[in-house]
Amino acid sequence: MTSYGETDDGKLHYRPMTRRVVISGAGPISALGVGIDDTWDAMCEGRSGLKPLTCFDPGAFPCHVGGEVDPETFKVRNVVPKSYRKAVKVMCRDVELAVGAAVAAIHDAGLKTPGVDNEDGHVIDPDRMGCQIGSGLIAADVQELTDAFVTSLGDDEEVDLGKWGVTGMENLTPLWLLKYLPNMLACHVTIVHDCQGPSNTITCSESSSALSLGESMRVIERGAADACLTGGAESKLNPLSYYRQTCAGRLADSSGLEVNDVVRPFSTEANGTALGEGGGLLVLEAKDNCDARGGRARAELLGYAATQSCDHDGMSATAEDIAAAIQNALHSADLDHESIDAIIPFGCGIPSVDAAEADAVEAVFGERAASIPQVLTVPFTGNCNAGNGAIQVSIACRCLETQSLPARLNTGTIDRNLQVGPAEARDAQLSNILVLSASQGGQNTAVILGKIS
Amino acid sequence: MSNERRRIVITGIGWVTPMGHDIESVWQRLLNGETDITPIERFDARTFPTTFASQVRNYDWTKFVKDPSLHGQPGIHTQFALGAARQAWDMSGLGTVGDLDPHRIGIYLGAGEGVLDFQSYQKTCLASRGNDGHTVNTVDWGEAAVNFLDGVGEVEQEPNMPASHISRELGIRGPVYNCLTACAASTQAIGEAASMMRRGDADVMVSGGTHTMLHVLGVTGFNRLTAMSTRNDDPATASRPFSKNRDGFVMGEGSGIIIMETLDHATARGANVLGEVTGYGSSADAYRITDIHPEGRGPAVAMLEALADAGLDPAKRRDDGQPPVQYISAHGTSTNENDHIETLASKKVFGEMAYDIPMTSIKSMMGHLICAAGAVEFITCLLMLRDQVIPPTINLDEPDPDLDLDYVPNVKRETAMDTCLSNSFGFGGQNNTLVISRV
Repeated sequence: MTSYGETDDGKLHYRPMTRRVVISGAGPISALGVGIDDTWDAMCEGRSGLKPLTCFDPGAFPCHVGGEVDPETFKVRNVVPKSYRKAVKVMCRDVELAVGAAVAAIHDAGLKTPGVDNEDGHVIDPDRMGCQIGSGLIAADVQELTDAFVTSLGDDEEVDLGKWGVTGMENLTPLWLLKYLPNMLACHVTIVHDCQGPSNTITCSESSSALSLGESMRVIERGAADACLTGGAESKLNPLSYYRQTCAGRLADSSGLEVNDVVRPFSTEANGTALGEGGGLLVLEAKDNCDARGGRARAELLGYAATQSCDHDGMSATAEDIAAAIQNALHSADLDHESIDAIIPFGCGIPSVDAAEADAVEAVFGERAASIPQVLTVPFTGNCNAGNGAIQVSIACRCLETQSLPARLNTGTIDRNLQVGPAEARDAQLSNILVLSASQGGQNTAVILGKIS
Repeated sequence: MSNERRRIVITGIGWVTPMGHDIESVWQRLLNGETDITPIERFDARTFPTTFASQVRNYDWTKFVKDPSLHGQPGIHTQFALGAARQAWDMSGLGTVGDLDPHRIGIYLGAGEGVLDFQSYQKTCLASRGNDGHTVNTVDWGEAAVNFLDGVGEVEQEPNMPASHISRELGIRGPVYNCLTACAASTQAIGEAASMMRRGDADVMVSGGTHTMLHVLGVTGFNRLTAMSTRNDDPATASRPFSKNRDGFVMGEGSGIIIMETLDHATARGANVLGEVTGYGSSADAYRITDIHPEGRGPAVAMLEALADAGLDPAKRRDDGQPPVQYISAHGTSTNENDHIETLASKKVFGEMAYDIPMTSIKSMMGHLICAAGAVEFITCLLMLRDQVIPPTINLDEPDPDLDLDYVPNVKRETAMDTCLSNSFGFGGQNNTLVISRV
């Protein structure tokens, strides 16, 4: 075993884990559906969830395509206990998604909590259940704000702060602020499922889910909990978030393109990403705990590492730092790169991010890079931002469980020698899968999941 | 591999606060029981339910960083963090990151989101209304946004931006986290950073927090929650933790940043060690969106876990007769609920011994720095341990009869101490406690 401070190259590396940790439940939520089965089936059949946006008219923005969770099939009030239905009024979309994902994850893990079954009590002691959720900068609802603004107009037809202070603000519900605090995802989820262990909210854009997973791993490893709900959820399908993403230069220009041509990761035509709403929660659990309760582990978390890209404007992913994350994750898993059988990159379609990921994979895997199958989620779900990593990890679990790979959608021209072009679903021998993220803001992660033997 | 737990120490501290922008002058002002809580200057709040705050003034971030052009136009919360981080890094004597392995240095901040630009939002929203005078057409909204909403400013609101800027400023390339658990964020960040270093994820970490909610929608949000003091006729005495007539917290802003190292790393380079994180505990209330559990269940668990992590028994005095911790830095927000429940939880944890442990809130002087509060209070704990003196809880002229612990009212106190405990409890139910010790 590789030990901290004792490696051959004299460099210090991540320490191997001291308590084995498994993923015992997955609850993705996205345009592909709620729960792992619908998500997996859609990906195997090559059915993308991307469609022309309907939740608002994005006509002023470059990308008119997104991944919406079907409002008919997912209604948050139907998945919370009756006693909690009143609280859905103060849930923004991001919270709704997290609450839906949590229920799916708890069911998939075969756990019982007050959130899914009030009769039988807990399977895991509430004190021993943690919750780490990745979330984003939650955008205020522009209609809600406008309805309040118009009550305080001054002579110049703008908001008069004098009026706003006296009466205008009263048009916002008293709990208005609590709708938009990023930690409200974890707040609601911990209340619904009575998770009283450590709870945190990680806000590092597209790396939030994977960083949360890493934190849950540490929480379990240090013995502060036996299981954690972990992952993330976000919806940027609203005008303010769209504007921010446009300003950051991250959205694809969808004009003149068929829906399926908008997100083309690693292709020469790629010009940005499309956004999706969603994410997922996973149940991360100490292996001893999962075994003792007769739970079904879907994958083992073998390796994890995070790095930061700090060059340039601090926004751009850098190949060297992504490669360092992969190397450190391999060290922490005590694996060499030959043991990785598939890769699920972020693959969001932003050319600079795609290039950094591809360069990193080539740097670490050398000639093998060309033959390692990759799985792309963003062409199916859109970039789900803080929730994206949880979808990637959920899919990795199902790949390992079923020993198969879903289809790959990509209509672009691939000029890199990597397995990222279109492909049908197929069986595959998979022992270990590498999952990557690279965020707006420079946070990179590498997660290695192993098959349960 | 040694199974002995790695010891985590602090070798640099820095802050940007409403009471000043350097460690020692602010520390002296805290000992003197001063405060700087005044009418809000950043926007016209004269008709708001709350018209005052604890505000950072005369602060120029460009004087702190090595090259301002590296950072473009950082948001205010990032500006605070850059100044605090530079102070802390320089104090640590770590020099340039280039001499170290940049992948072995990480960041774990508890930074809040950036400032919402109210004037631009209202202009954009009002310009995109349809004929009915209030329904927003989102295509018009998007087009109006281009005219009114500063694109860089919007992107800089992301909560991970302070950490990203610090990584750029210092050349850090190890693991970088930002957590956002409201008022508990930076305490949680420090605890988790220590946990990461214990397992070997980094040798050095920059931790702490930064935040400002001193903008129209921030003050609006807390006023709607009726969480803030409305003592508009006497702002300087508005933050009055543990007093009978407390009526809410006082909004502050700023940043506190610390440099954490493994003791081995610090010792090997002969660094000056300011203190050690010896315990960390974290819990969730899982109770209600707005209320703390009435028995202080979550806060008590966080304290108990932190004490256990530090190897301390809350029920046992030491051989010298002292309680296991000799000081508690209270979350002490000056809200009716918090101060009551925190007192209750301390008694639950320490029993009769709670009466012998001084517990103060520097929020009485500094206001509540929200996400940054825990880091600033952590730094104050290090200074207390260094100088063996506790700053007072000011404005405590009329004690609440139900709150009967030793809150060190109004005048600082010199006392011998080597271990203290710092609490932060967040809206949303996250409770975090650190145990801090002299080395």
